This record gives sequence, C-alpha cells and structure tokens, in this order.
Amino acid sequence: MLKPVDVLLVGVGGQGTILASRILAHVGQAAGYDIKVSEIHGMAQRGGSVVTQVRMGEKVFSPLIEEGGADVILAFEKLEGLRWLGYLKPGGTIIVNDQSIYPVPVLAGLAAYPEDIAGYLKSKVRGAVVVDALGIAAACGNIKAANVVLVGVLASLLPFPEDEWLEALEARVPERFLEVNRAAFKAGYGLGTGGQDPGVGCGPAAGTR
Amino acid sequence: MRELLTGNAAIARGAFESGVTVAAGYPGTPSTEILENFSRYDGIYAEWAPNEKVALEVGIGAAMAGARALVTMKHVGVNVAADPLLTAAYTGVNGGLVIVSADDPGMHSSQNEQDNRNYARFARIPMLEPSDSAEARDMVGLALDISEEFDIPVMIRITTRVAHSQGFVDLKEPAPRPLKEYRKDIRKWLMVPAFGRLRRVALGERIERVAAYSENAGVNIVIPGDPKVGVITGGVSYHYVREVLPGASVLKLGLTYPLPAGVIRKFAAGVDRLIVVEELDPYLEDFIRGLGLPVTGKELFPDTGEFSPGVIRRGFIAAGLIPEEEARPVRQFDDMPAVPARPPVLCAGCPHRGVFYTLRRLKLVVTGDIGCYTLGGLAPLEGMDSCVCMGASIGMAHGIDRAAPGLRGRTVAVIGDSTFLHSGITGLLDVVYNNGDTTVIIVDNGTTAMTGHQDHPATGRTLMGRKAPAVDLEGLVRSLGVARVRTVDPLDLAGLEEAVREEVAAPGPSVIIARRPCVLISRQAGPPVTVDRETCTGCKTCLKLSCPAISVTDKTCSVDPVSCTGCGLCVQVCKFGALAAAEGGGNGA
Repeated sequence: MLKPVDVLLVGVGGQGTILASRILAHVGQAAGYDIKVSEIHGMAQRGGSVVTQVRMGEKVFSPLIEEGGADVILAFEKLEGLRWLGYLKPGGTIIVNDQSIYPVPVLAGLAAYPEDIAGYLKSKVRGAVVVDALGIAAACGNIKAANVVLVGVLASLLPFPEDEWLEALEARVPERFLEVNRAAFKAGYGLGTGGQDPGVGCGPAAGTR
Repeated sequence: MRELLTGNAAIARGAFESGVTVAAGYPGTPSTEILENFSRYDGIYAEWAPNEKVALEVGIGAAMAGARALVTMKHVGVNVAADPLLTAAYTGVNGGLVIVSADDPGMHSSQNEQDNRNYARFARIPMLEPSDSAEARDMVGLALDISEEFDIPVMIRITTRVAHSQGFVDLKEPAPRPLKEYRKDIRKWLMVPAFGRLRRVALGERIERVAAYSENAGVNIVIPGDPKVGVITGGVSYHYVREVLPGASVLKLGLTYPLPAGVIRKFAAGVDRLIVVEELDPYLEDFIRGLGLPVTGKELFPDTGEFSPGVIRRGFIAAGLIPEEEARPVRQFDDMPAVPARPPVLCAGCPHRGVFYTLRRLKLVVTGDIGCYTLGGLAPLEGMDSCVCMGASIGMAHGIDRAAPGLRGRTVAVIGDSTFLHSGITGLLDVVYNNGDTTVIIVDNGTTAMTGHQDHPATGRTLMGRKAPAVDLEGLVRSLGVARVRTVDPLDLAGLEEAVREEVAAPGPSVIIARRPCVLISRQAGPPVTVDRETCTGCKTCLKLSCPAISVTDKTCSVDPVSCTGCGLCVQVCKFGALAAAEGGGNGA
C-alpha cells in the first residue's frame, strides 16, 4: 500500500511551478503511484497567484486537495505560502522561498505586504523550511533554476530515492540546462537533508557569475 | 504506453485514436488546448475559425462529407454557435460529429458560468460528461459511435477542473477511418420548412432511441455501497463524492442527455435517501424530481461556484451524513496577518496600458470587450466601463450614442484584434449603416493573447503552422464604409491622445488602430527605465499606469529592472522628469 502524498505548489505566474510539478509527478509515476495533477490557467498567467496540486496514492479520486489536507506546501513566494496555509495538514510542513513579489495593490500603496512572513511560518509550522532559492540558484549558475532548488528541498522530505529525482530531472529539463539544474537540485537536497552549505553543492564555479 | 494527460490533451488523443480527421474551434479558456494538442498529430486537419459559429459550420460540413469531426469551444462560445447547433440536431450527420463545450464553474476565466448541460436538452442532442482524463479520451470515441449510430451530433461537456487536471491515460493506436460516402439527400440536409418538419419528427424518434440506449450505457455506473444513502452525480463531482463519502451508494451518470429514467428509478428504489451532487444548475435534480422521486440537492450544495472536496464535505455535514466533529481538521491560523489579494494585471510593457491610461485621463465612457485588455478596467487604470461578451463593445457604444445625447462624442468602444474578427465586424457595419458617430479603438497586439497566443485571420499563420493571407485591418474597416481610419502607436501617449480627441469629436464613425505586438511575443525588452531619486517627488502619478514593475517605497518611485521592458510610458507620464529611458529604451517616447 503506497502512502498517499499530497503536495500544493503555490507561487506567482512565471516562477516555474509547472516544471516543478512535472518533476514531482514523474517521480511518483516511477514509484507506481496513481496521480492527479490540477492547475488553473487563464487569468492566473497575468501576474496572478498560481497553484498546482499534485496528489499521489494507491487510487486518487479528487484532483483537488481539501483544506487542511496537504502534506507539504511548496511556496515559491512568501505571500502565496501564507495565502494557502489553511490547506496544510496538521503535522504537515511548508517549504518557502524567501522571496517577496509585491502584488499591484501593494505596489500602489493600497495594501501592506505582511512583515516577517518567514518568522510567522516558522513559529506556526514545525519543521518549516525557509530557503533563499534565488541566491542558491544564482550561485549554481542560473537564477532561473530557483524552482529546481525548491524541488531539491522537497525531495529531501519525500520518500523517494535521490536517483529517481535526478532521472526525472533529466527527462523533464532540456539538455543544455541540465547541468545547472542538477547542481541546483543537489544544493536544495543537501539543504533539506542536513544543512550542508548550499554553496558547496555548486562547486568552485559558485559565485563567479 | 501510459501518459499523464490533461483532460484537454486526452480529448485530443481520443479524437486522434478514433479517426477524427477534421477539427475546428475558437480559442477560449478552458477549451483551448484541445485543438492545440490535436493539431500536432499526423494525418489530420485542424483550424482556428474566426468564431465558434463558423467552427461548428466547418464541423457540420466535414461530417456531411463523411469525415469524423470535432468542434471545440468554451461555454459562452456555444451561445455563438447555437444557431447551427439547434438545426444540426435536425439534419443529423454522415460521419460522426462531436462538439466539446468547456464550462467554467467559478468563472476562473469567464464572464459568466452558464451550465451548458441545458444546451443538450434544448437542442435534443446526446451529451457525455467525463469525470477525468481517462474517461475524456474514451468518451470521444463513444460520442462518435453514438453520433453515427443514431445520426445525431453529440456534445461532450467538460468543466475547467476536468479540462486542466491531469490523470493517467493508456494510449491506443489510432484506428483507420475511411471517409463515408456522401450522397445528396435534400430531405435530410436542406432545412426548409417542409423538410424541417419531417426532420423534427425524426429527431424525436432518434433521441428516443438514444434514451433506450442510455438505460444500458456502460458510462452510467452504479457503485454499490451503504443503502442508507444513494448519491447521484456526474463529472468531476463524482470524485469529490467518492473521496468525502467513501461508503455511499453512488450512481455515476456519464450519459447525461437523454437521462436513463429506468436506471435512476431502480437506483432510487434501493436506497433510503436520494441526494444529487452536481455543480451549477439543478439539472439532474429537476429531472429526478420530475420522475416523482423525493430527492435533495441544491438545499445542500450551492448552485454557483466551483465544487471542491470541502464544499462537498460541508454539504454532507449539513445533511447529517458526516458528523459535525469530523469536519476536516483545518488548522487554525487565527493570528495570520491580512493577506493582500494578487489580482491579475496587464504585463509590464503591455501595449494596451497606454490606451486605458489615456481613456481614463480624457474621462470618456468606454465600452470594453473580451481579452487581456479587460484588465484595463480594474483599479488603478479603470479605463473601461463595461464588458459583456465577444464583440459587444461596438454595438453597445452605438446604443449609448443613440440613447443619450450627453454621452454622444464622449463614448468609445475598445476591442482586440482577435475579438474584432470574431464578432466586431458586424457591430461596426451597424454603426456605418445607421449613420452612427461611434469611435472604435482596435487594440491590435497581433495575437489572441489572453488564451495563450493563438493565431487568427490577421496574423498570417494558421493553427497548423502554415503561412496564410493576413487580413489588412485598415483595408477591412475602410471597405465597411469607415472613412476616418488611423493607426497609432499605443506607446506614444501624446500621439494617442491627439488621435482619440480628434476622432471622438469628428462626426461619423471612426476607427483608431492602436498597434503594437504583445510584449510576451515580441520580447522587445529595451534597457529598463531608471529613476532619479533626487528629482522624484513621490507624487505617485506613475502608479496610475498599474505597471507591475513600478512601486513607490520610501516616498520615491522605483522601477524593477528585471520586469521593466523599457516601454517608456512612465517616462511620459512623469511631470518632473524623474524617470529616464536608457539609451535605446523608451520604445514609444
């Protein structure tokens, strides 16, 4: 009997949540899970909040996770992590990218971006992980690999072997970006499994760009 | 091979495997990816039509000629295609004809949430409702078989959650499907009153035969369970029910017009209490009540908005079927700080922005239309007064002009290039014919942007990637009889404002074409705008542009160099010269 795994990936349009969900689903498929993935297109692409739900189990019915049902929330942006927090299962955890993207009402001074979201999440969720994914990705050679850094952290918390993740990465990432994404994944994975200095995972090239 | 496919990709796959050779549609969320996926298969023909009515007519013609045909659209597109749809039910088919209606409960990306199951009953055509991707693939083949067997078009009705959720599909090899022979038969295809009356009678007989088939259809399934409660459901709601109330007896209806009265009666007889779970209208519930069966539905589950497991759980708690204390233990985060909304906005560098900024500045009444640019109506741009349906902007502006002398010369219609070609041409013809004075701004970004950049008759390319003649918009509107036609660059605010002022003041109809390619396609990013913090007074005028690259922090403006495309609009609106386009930037300045 496969243990069900429900992951909510939240962020802002253009942050690479879709690729992250594809990698996760690839790993789940290799492990023999039934899978459903749900995402909403359309208006969300114009800078709105985006959410992808990945559900894995012996047999999955609903493509949607119920409130209070997510094992892990992978937040690509802090405010979005906060917005979807009610979906977290008691005992579940949240991985949050330490990045703020101000929505237009905040840019226009009509609303305030909450202060210290990371602190709030840490105080409320046991094992909450706050990651500087942009910084780590930059050290690995490409800031755009931030999504894969986050996938690396996620991988360290889920019951699939590291090799399966690396295989999924190879299948889902174009050849020319593979090296930097592999480094980004390993940096995230190392961070999740034991607080290894993420810079180390990226080798001597770190910081040269 | 087993693949994780969205409902839309699965429908495309099903059409390919079942021998569809002609497909047509008009882009519309959540239906768009069906044709995009289908167009990539070998040996088929697929096209974007200018609108859904034409798309369906192409499908009817292809089916009449003996091919299997697929026509796709979003729910409101079926309104546009309703005219041919209701008579195609009379004519029937030769090759199979399937119409996909993609409904949008919750209005993720739509102006209404009409329940198109009503169309199947209205038109008297069979309807199938898949609940996930595997069923979506299978039901295309079934729909085509039913269409040919009973000589009738078939609707596949999906919702956003089915269209855009992925599930496993076991791929099959495509079946060869020879073209059926076409034979002239005017009593079947020429719907003049005398023949129409005969076909109406024949339609009644055909749909009765489908109703008999429905009683044994393999897509209407009973999942045996606790006889205390029987749930009748269909579409994605079925999965929520199975998850939230796992022990219940369930009747899952896949063929939802005509409904199997016998199957429903038999199921009802075996349970103590009957509950219907369906999104939007009480479509099943009304039918079941009409059978004289006691049933509960909309008292427990809302008739608006999208369902979710949470909605279903709350309904079953209200029904007393789940104890209150088993309400999903949602974690309490009572002290959570207020979370500001993240509404969609026009992209940084979007060429539409300057148009709405200008219209707002000139305090004009603006009838708008359907597309990305509808976002120009939201604060702080607020450059639009109305949005009703595809093409409505022009007729509405003309109506305002005829009704209210005080608004004459103060009203403009704004419509996108794809929307104008979809259903704006006839509106403009009306203005010209009836000696109207309306000014129409066609915001021409050279694509159908909102739905993900599909081609249309003015882009010079087809869905299948072939070169095509590109409609000359200036020539088109001149040929309709518009004498005053001018083209402006929407990033040149001074030029744009002058054009708008002159055209709204001028008698007779005017068309202004505000032309700039969509920034997501052109990728024309110049160097970002820079801010002189000494000069900036923090007046926030630039914020009125609603540009996601601009913010005001510490009382001065700042521009995010990553998202700024250097379009230069903010440089033009700054009264103090604090914003500067870098060398080579400032496209419109």
